[in-house]
Amino acid sequence: SSMTGMLRSEDKVIVNFINRDGEKITTEGKIGDSLLDVVVEKNLDIDGFGACEGTLACSTCHLIFDDDIFKQLDSATDEELDMLDLAYGLTDTSRLGCQICLKKFMNDMTVKVPEGVSDVRQAADMSKTTSGI
Amino acid sequence: NKHVQHFSSQTSPSVQVCIVGSGPAGFYTAQHLLKSHKGIHVDIFEKLPVPFGLVRFGVAPDHPEVKNVINTFTQTAHLERCEFFGNVTIGSDITMEELKMAYHAVILCYGAEGSRSLGVPGEKLSGVYSAKDFVGWYNGLPANKDLNPDLSSDAVVILGQGNVALDVARILLSPVELLKKTDITQASLDSVAASKIKRVVIVGRRGPLQVACTIKELREMVNLPGTKPVLDRRDFEGIKDALKDIARPRKRLTELLMKVAMEEPSGRDAERWAAASQEWSLRFLRSPIKILPTADGKKVAGIRFAVTTLEGSGENAKAVLTGQEEEVSCGLIVSSIGYKSLPIDDGVPFDETQGVIPNDMGRVCQTPGLYCSGWVKRGPTGVIATTMNDSFETARCVLEDIDSRVLDCSMAKPGHHALRGLLEKRGVTPVSFSGWEKIDALEVTRGDEIGKPREKLLDVQEMLQLARA
Ligand SMILES: Cc1cc2nc3c(=O)[nH]c(=O)nc-3n(C[C@H](O)[C@H](O)[C@H](O)COP(=O)(O)OP(=O)(O)OC[C@H]3O[C@@H](n4cnc5c(N)ncnc54)[C@H](O)[C@@H]3O)c2cc1C
Ligand code: FES
Repeated sequence: SSMTGMLRSEDKVIVNFINRDGEKITTEGKIGDSLLDVVVEKNLDIDGFGACEGTLACSTCHLIFDDDIFKQLDSATDEELDMLDLAYGLTDTSRLGCQICLKKFMNDMTVKVPEGVSDVRQAADMSKTTSGI
Repeated sequence: NKHVQHFSSQTSPSVQVCIVGSGPAGFYTAQHLLKSHKGIHVDIFEKLPVPFGLVRFGVAPDHPEVKNVINTFTQTAHLERCEFFGNVTIGSDITMEELKMAYHAVILCYGAEGSRSLGVPGEKLSGVYSAKDFVGWYNGLPANKDLNPDLSSDAVVILGQGNVALDVARILLSPVELLKKTDITQASLDSVAASKIKRVVIVGRRGPLQVACTIKELREMVNLPGTKPVLDRRDFEGIKDALKDIARPRKRLTELLMKVAMEEPSGRDAERWAAASQEWSLRFLRSPIKILPTADGKKVAGIRFAVTTLEGSGENAKAVLTGQEEEVSCGLIVSSIGYKSLPIDDGVPFDETQGVIPNDMGRVCQTPGLYCSGWVKRGPTGVIATTMNDSFETARCVLEDIDSRVLDCSMAKPGHHALRGLLEKRGVTPVSFSGWEKIDALEVTRGDEIGKPREKLLDVQEMLQLARA
């Protein structure tokens, strides 16, 4: 967009997404934008990403971070952790992409989209809870 | 008509796919198919005049964020190769046999429209409802519009401790100021505003480590204005040791329960709970055995529980009876022990015990060309994201079968062209997506006038008239 076009390169960072099929997508995003904003703005082909449009109501924006980046992220709110608890393939370095805003230190970081389907059965434990007894 | 154009301009043979049900499973399956294969045409059949299944008729009115998925579903419905047919019930208006003739693949996404029954005496008394009907009532499901539950007693018992149970409790206890800004139906809002309910008891057969709700919904209850949680600390003694070995979601959930049960409230919680005029509680290890009538035998007056104890531990712990019993008096009982899928047609295999269509990753067993996704595939559990994932899985299986020619698409199939005439003959007028959009626009306008995001139409005839106009 014209807005991004006007920004100097210092105001942007490179982000690498590893998609579900293992494909690497390299793109750039504006500092301050969330990772969900990046996916939407760049129209990245990540099926089902961001279903609730960033309102902390779905966990489909779940991303897995590298250890060193993860450690530098602002800590998650209870509300983010609550939604994250429902995500498939939850790891120790998982966060919700709609809650992570780009900062300089993130330049060239790689985030991984968890494989949804193959994890359905393993996640059965908690997802079972939604409307059972 | 966009379809005629589509057909005449299509050079490669098109694959005709039919989806039964327009909830999240139907729309996510359609989305994945349409995106991945440019030769696929998808028709979505929905028995109601309006789309989106439980996103419209299940998800609580005070969770509007969850309903944002409708935006993506709407984009899918607007695609050239997708068509919506509301007001068509598969199994009666159109048979499965007719669908199979008209389409290369049929994908069943018809959800779970039944509910599990308690199987105890008194279940039919006035004042006893299934959560499905109760939720349908406050969400404007046409079939439940005349439920008019009596909210004049001071105690309510909800059976089951899942998210649906907490949704019901929250709607009953929420301040009217909050509810009136949601799309709850006006009639339900009026009822809740006049309600005399002081106490909601949410009962489970098993213990605190087996509650079926998720932490977001529990936290909402803990933070509900004007309302105080009442948990018995004795239920939580000894649980701390179990926390070490359990997965994070269950651990965080249990920690929140224990905090509420065992710690002195501080700050705003303390103030709010001291001033609260209503309360909710979780009761564990109670299995309903009889619903007790009033003296005239007409209405519910209470419920008798068998006290249980746990055999085994964790998710698989079993509740076994101790021989002790206990009675709780109440004027309203909502049974939230689970939804249940129903068989659609004799020609479709159905597993009565599991309540699902037997399938392998969405391929219906022993029935080539037939697939399923969503609650009818996996059982009535899981959030929309769960349903999304398993819908993508089903869609992938369909795509694989097209590629490998397991699904024979070499012969052209007529799709909905073969069905329109049948529908007309049977006096069924389908509602198109633009028909739904007329209904949608009126609902939003009506809501606007009273400060709500929408005021739902409750009457099918009214919907049909509007869609046709
Ligand atoms: C009360 C309640 C609250 C919930 N709240 C949340 C929440 O806050 N967040 C969340 O993530 N998930 C929530 N869920 C879960 C979510 O709604 C489900 O995961 C999801 O709706 C399942 O999708 P589905 O398409 O399989 O079924 P459904 O949504 O039930 O869709 C099935 C559709 O098929 C139609 N149909 C049925 N029979 C026929 C027929 N014979 N012919 C044609 N059409 C037919 C139905 O009318 C319906 O539209 C909730 C569920 C319930 C019950
Ligand atoms: S987009 Fe739904 S939680 Fe992030």
